[in-house]
Amino acid sequence: MTGEALIELRGVQKRYKRGDETLSIFDDLNLTIPAGDFVAVMGPSGSGKTTLLNMLGGLDRPTGGSINFAGSPIEKLSESQLSAWRAANVGFIFQFYNLMPTMTATRNVELPLLLTKLSPRDRKERVKTALEIVGLGDRSGHRPKELSGGQQQRVAIARAIVADPKLLLADEPTGDLDRTTATEILEMLQLLNRDLGKTIVMVTHDPAAAKYAKRELHLDKGEFEERLT
Amino acid sequence: MTDFGLMLAGLARKKLRTILLLFAVFIAFLIYAVLAAFQSSLENATGPSSQNRLVSSNRINFTESLPIAYVNRVAQVEGVTDVSYSMWFGGYFQEERNFLLAFAVEPDSYTRIFSELNIDPAQRQAFVDGRDSILVGRQIADQYGWTLGQQIPVSSNIWRRQDGGNTWPVVVRAIFEGDGDTPTNSVYIPYEYFDEARAFAQDTIGNIHIKTASADLNDQVIREVDALFQNSRAETETVTEEAFNAAFIDQQGNLGLIILGVTGAAFVTILLIVGNAMAGAIRERTGEIAVMKTLGFTSPRIARIVIGETVMLALIGGLIGLAAAFGIVTLGQTVGSQFLVFFGSLKITPEIVATAVGLMVALGLITGAIPAWNAMRVNVITAFRRI
Ligand SMILES: Nc1ncnc2c1ncn2[C@@H]1O[C@H](COP(=O)(O)OP(=O)(O)O)[C@@H](O)[C@H]1O
Ligand SMILES: [Mg+2]
Repeated sequence: MTGEALIELRGVQKRYKRGDETLSIFDDLNLTIPAGDFVAVMGPSGSGKTTLLNMLGGLDRPTGGSINFAGSPIEKLSESQLSAWRAANVGFIFQFYNLMPTMTATRNVELPLLLTKLSPRDRKERVKTALEIVGLGDRSGHRPKELSGGQQQRVAIARAIVADPKLLLADEPTGDLDRTTATEILEMLQLLNRDLGKTIVMVTHDPAAAKYAKRELHLDKGEFEERLT
Repeated sequence: MTDFGLMLAGLARKKLRTILLLFAVFIAFLIYAVLAAFQSSLENATGPSSQNRLVSSNRINFTESLPIAYVNRVAQVEGVTDVSYSMWFGGYFQEERNFLLAFAVEPDSYTRIFSELNIDPAQRQAFVDGRDSILVGRQIADQYGWTLGQQIPVSSNIWRRQDGGNTWPVVVRAIFEGDGDTPTNSVYIPYEYFDEARAFAQDTIGNIHIKTASADLNDQVIREVDALFQNSRAETETVTEEAFNAAFIDQQGNLGLIILGVTGAAFVTILLIVGNAMAGAIRERTGEIAVMKTLGFTSPRIARIVIGETVMLALIGGLIGLAAAFGIVTLGQTVGSQFLVFFGSLKITPEIVATAVGLMVALGLITGAIPAWNAMRVNVITAFRRI
């Protein structure tokens, strides 16, 4: 179900300045991710996986090169334009869920919709649907600390999809979960990719998790090495 | 949920902290409103002064008296168009705690000179003609429910009667309404009725009230009047009514300065407490702010939410403080006391409310500024590396 390129990295360069030293993470990174793809990014710690995700999500800027999203370069957008672009196009899933501790599942999932022009009724409907997709329709009134790790991650997934973005970025989404729960989450991501057509880029260090993706990219010393699953 | 909901959620996060902060703000505005009410009523206690009226008192100090014989001599001075006189009565009604701001005056000339008392002409005539009259301010008449023709006992905590008592029975013959700016919290009885019964210090008066032909003549009249009684037993000190009223207000202590000092200190303290607590609260939320930015909330929007939170804190605490001040002032008014009567009607004016609300918003903005700035600067990438 893969189609046109959703993301294109061309000659991406990323350097960090640490005092007098310059640390070069990527020198000439090239990558095309078609719409509807599900990519697992693997690689040793410190190889730049998180940095890559941050750049894909418009949280970090490349030092050089360009990142195209659906044909237009995002590295040229201003901070506020990037915020709006993220709200509309990207959903994030984190290793430690990063839910708002004081808010119920419903409110957590509703948060991204505050950035839309949807009416309160439509929002409620969307939140309900998102929670049902992740199988938590009956836990909508619970706060994060009243939920298990797997349930919290499912709330986070509902939050990531509620605004219906094309792209989901997941950084070690199962890193904090036991095997059974991890499987549930990975199957859910697979379902979102297969049935809802979400393009997913998932960082993981777990080869078993990577098998759920359509393809694996190995990042090492600033270069990709592709392996089909 | 809205941004407003996010502000409320921020406040609801640590309830004890929020309650303590609300309490601090509450106290500050309670103090402010009550003190400001005192100041405002003090400023209005004497009413506006007239440019061409003078007051003579004993040079030693204004609690010493003057011989009544001075009045006729003052009336002869060139530039003087009218003269009256008054004596402090130290009055109360039935019980000493029902203090009355009472004066014994010469009825005809006094009400002529102080036309701003605004008395119905027929009532004024009744007050002048009746020997045992009392002229009552509207506020006092309403407070005690006195009506025209009613006989009331007015007692003095200074003067004794020759018959051993200290009560002058009087009949309410006139009620003055004031002209809006003039307080109506005083009462007046005829000097003659007062003087003929009193046991000591007869034929003495406290103040001579002089009306001049024009304000330009004030200096000249002041010089001539004081020259008349130079080297006599009781020398006079004549000043403009404006200066006299200002001196009266000074006697009450410099309340304005006290208010500035007390509320200023309270505000600075609360500014530090709230500002510090909010900065801490935002620091605790660094991770959550990073998540919001990731979701697409812009930095200015997050800053607005933070400032909204502190403004709301200041408004909620402050408005409860104002409400409590209303309660205290109303209670103080009904309990009544010797002290309060000097302040005329003690009330929280619309100006005080407006200033207080302005201060609340300012307090909210100032205490929110640094936390909001810190929230804006939260860097998503480094925040996630930390957590
Ligand atoms: N803000 C930064 N400043 C300096 N160095 C950084 C910064 N962010 C990441 N790095 C460095 O970049 C490299 C890649 O980091 P990261 O993308 O987190 O790797 P991974 O997620 O693959 O473990 C690491 O060596 C890290 O120390
Ligand atoms: Mg990482």
